[in-house]
Amino acid sequence: MREVGLKTLYPGTTKISVGMATCGLSTGAGKVYDAIQKEVEKGKLPIRLSQTGCIGFCQREPVVDILEPGKPRIFYQGVTPERSAELVHQWLENKVVGDLLLCKMEREDWIVDGKTKDYSILQTPSGVDGTPLYHQVPFYGKQLKIALRNCGFINPDSIEEYVARGGYFSLCKALFDMKPEAIIEEVKRSGLRGRGGAGFPTGNKWESARRAKGDRKFILCNADEGDPGAYMDRSVLEGDPHSVIEGMIIGAYAIGAREGFIYVRDEYPLAIKKLRIALAEAEKVGLLGENILGSGFSLKINLFRGGGAFVCGESTALMASIEGSVGEPRAKHIHTTESGLWDKPSNLNNVETWNNVPIIISRGADWYSKIGTEGSKGTKVFSVVGKVNNTGLVEVPMGITLREIVYDVGGGVPEGKKFKAVQTGGPSGGCIPESLLNLPVDFDRLTEVGSMMGSGGMIVMDESTCMVDVAKYFMNFLKDESCGKCTSCREGTKRMHEILTEITEGRGTIDHIALLEELGWVTAEASLCQLGGTAPNPVLSTIRYFRDEYEEHIIHKRCPAKVCRALLKYRILSDVCISCGRCAKACPAEAITGKQKTKKEKGKPFKIDQKKCIKCGMCLEACKVEAVEVE
Amino acid sequence: MIPFTIDGQPVEGRENGNILEVSLDAGIEIPHLCYHESVRPYGACRVCLVEVARKGKTRLTTACTYPVLEGIKVSTKTEKVLRARRMMIELILAMCPDDKLIQDMAGEMGVHEVRFKKEEKDCILCGLCGRVCEEVVGANAIHFAFRGDRREMIPPYQAEAMSCIACGACVVACPVNVIKMKEEGDERTIIRWKRTLKMKKCKVCGNYFAPWFQLEKFKEQAKLSKDFFDICYTCRT
Repeated sequence: MREVGLKTLYPGTTKISVGMATCGLSTGAGKVYDAIQKEVEKGKLPIRLSQTGCIGFCQREPVVDILEPGKPRIFYQGVTPERSAELVHQWLENKVVGDLLLCKMEREDWIVDGKTKDYSILQTPSGVDGTPLYHQVPFYGKQLKIALRNCGFINPDSIEEYVARGGYFSLCKALFDMKPEAIIEEVKRSGLRGRGGAGFPTGNKWESARRAKGDRKFILCNADEGDPGAYMDRSVLEGDPHSVIEGMIIGAYAIGAREGFIYVRDEYPLAIKKLRIALAEAEKVGLLGENILGSGFSLKINLFRGGGAFVCGESTALMASIEGSVGEPRAKHIHTTESGLWDKPSNLNNVETWNNVPIIISRGADWYSKIGTEGSKGTKVFSVVGKVNNTGLVEVPMGITLREIVYDVGGGVPEGKKFKAVQTGGPSGGCIPESLLNLPVDFDRLTEVGSMMGSGGMIVMDESTCMVDVAKYFMNFLKDESCGKCTSCREGTKRMHEILTEITEGRGTIDHIALLEELGWVTAEASLCQLGGTAPNPVLSTIRYFRDEYEEHIIHKRCPAKVCRALLKYRILSDVCISCGRCAKACPAEAITGKQKTKKEKGKPFKIDQKKCIKCGMCLEACKVEAVEVE
Repeated sequence: MIPFTIDGQPVEGRENGNILEVSLDAGIEIPHLCYHESVRPYGACRVCLVEVARKGKTRLTTACTYPVLEGIKVSTKTEKVLRARRMMIELILAMCPDDKLIQDMAGEMGVHEVRFKKEEKDCILCGLCGRVCEEVVGANAIHFAFRGDRREMIPPYQAEAMSCIACGACVVACPVNVIKMKEEGDERTIIRWKRTLKMKKCKVCGNYFAPWFQLEKFKEQAKLSKDFFDICYTCRT
């Protein structure tokens, strides 16, 4: 199988791969693929075309790479269907399209077995010399790809290519050379903690699932990734589904489970498709099903499509959903490792956690635990989005500072604006201010400052972001997505949202801040699950670090970031106004009057009737001479 | 029996029992709304909050869902507990400001005014009606629908509750008494679930005593003589 995979990974001819995960497809990778295919077929060119997952640099999609024996691998960015032909033909003439170049690669590291695949370069196409190497691109420079090891390098539909890069060798090692207890010990020693957000030590969870009494046990994968702006798990499933399946088989063998479920959110159609193919392939070659590889161990993994509720990412709600009930969390004073799905011992881990397992088995706990900090080992994938130059999927070692992620990997804040905060941990994470940017990123440090690791969402905010408005946005999300069972969570998030609305619309009172703090405290303390337990974080952290912004809104009825519409005041500067009348035409509320200049007459500056103004900002956009001022 | 303490007082609970039932049996009052001894604890109202110390850690939790465990130390009247309960009842009072029972309960906890916009709901979303209907009656006629602040207890599709047997168990279970039942002539109506059913006359006394539909359902399940359900409860005994 490995030989077959190596042949498709590194064919004797030119190979063009198009990044076709959801992020690539949304920017037109499908059309790029078709255009290249048409070109290849038309000219009967000696080129092999392949598709692959996301290489992480979402800002620059569609990304296309070209690999030919004896030449460096070339990555193109922002490829369009129109330029695809040019790209192909230039290559055949041993040239490259300079303005689309992203980087080049001279060898690739196979992180699974620690080997290196050298491209043995004999000749370099003209125009490539000045191009940075993969690791010289600032976006990739500080990254260490363990979870994303195969994303962008293999065809996710090909089990052979996964095997060629070292896949399923860890499973063989686990099944034939290791006892379940030894596997658990290895995972424990590696220091791996749950990547779904809570950061529970994975090995300890496995141990209690193994010790739990019961002849029927379940292995579960949480792929119900629901945080706005987060798509780490989606990328792994779309680009490297077998890594998750392999991790699950090893986990199942370790705890003694024979049945498993992957609970994947239904809004991820491509991930579901790739998983289906991968599960079928694995079953076909005997890596799943009865008597895996003749070891005597059997496992069946089912795919379960989620019902569309954010709360189903919570472990007990997820299990209720699989059982066919409403996805509602229940009290878990008895751990789910003892009584979970259908009251049987169940071990649930997140996509990224499962994906890390094969590496720990192949490279060993000693190697793995050298990466990261004292309390958090390994790497973590973040989806860096918001007001940052390089949005994308980044995988960095634990302990890297927020500053390095935002400025070095992320490339800083665009348009020369000032950084204000970074929100980590999804909708119920906290906003971390500039003064804490040197904070090393790990589970415990983030919790200490009132935020959390969460599943890895990271939203960068600049000076044009209003922190009260941000808190309101997330409370709006959470009040909708709370399952509604607990009074504290349902009413708490609703009332916090209500108060934040009052503040952003100029009706806030100074007592509101204390009331928000009290509500936040009780929502966190009194709610049953961690949705409620962490829901107040956006409110409490913004009060903690940006109290002055709250006070500006409440006392002076001002929004410093000029976001909260009800608090804005539009004014036309009469000495700048050229009486062109554009603003009056644009105004939907007919609040602007004046006298338009003509060829004969001079005209009079325009004015806004504050009583009529609906603060839509149309005049500001319409004005060509910056005569409209916002206060 | 499993020994532990509540407010320093030694108590004992049965296996699979919960703190709230032990506490109430021992005469230690803990306010509660969504708990009923005939159905499984649910933990929705969050009023029965207590502090539980176990293995050196203390946490706030609901007494109804916390299992009886050996050696735990339960505190029902700490400042933290009372503070959280006060906010909980204030939030419920803001939903249903006109409810007498909630007003009284809030008053007893020292909450006399509401700092939030008052709503005009009547249901406190404790879910007791639905749980009694499912677990005790087995009719499953009503259920929670929607998420978050749109949550509601309703019959399917907001229409007439077609599997409701009009037994009235929900009427009795509702802690805020907002599910009303009326009987007029040979008809019984559960107003909230839009369900009206014809009643059957007792063969002995001639009074209407229960809905036909309900008695037919019971007949299917009860394995009793056919005429058992022709006679009303009073005449039977």
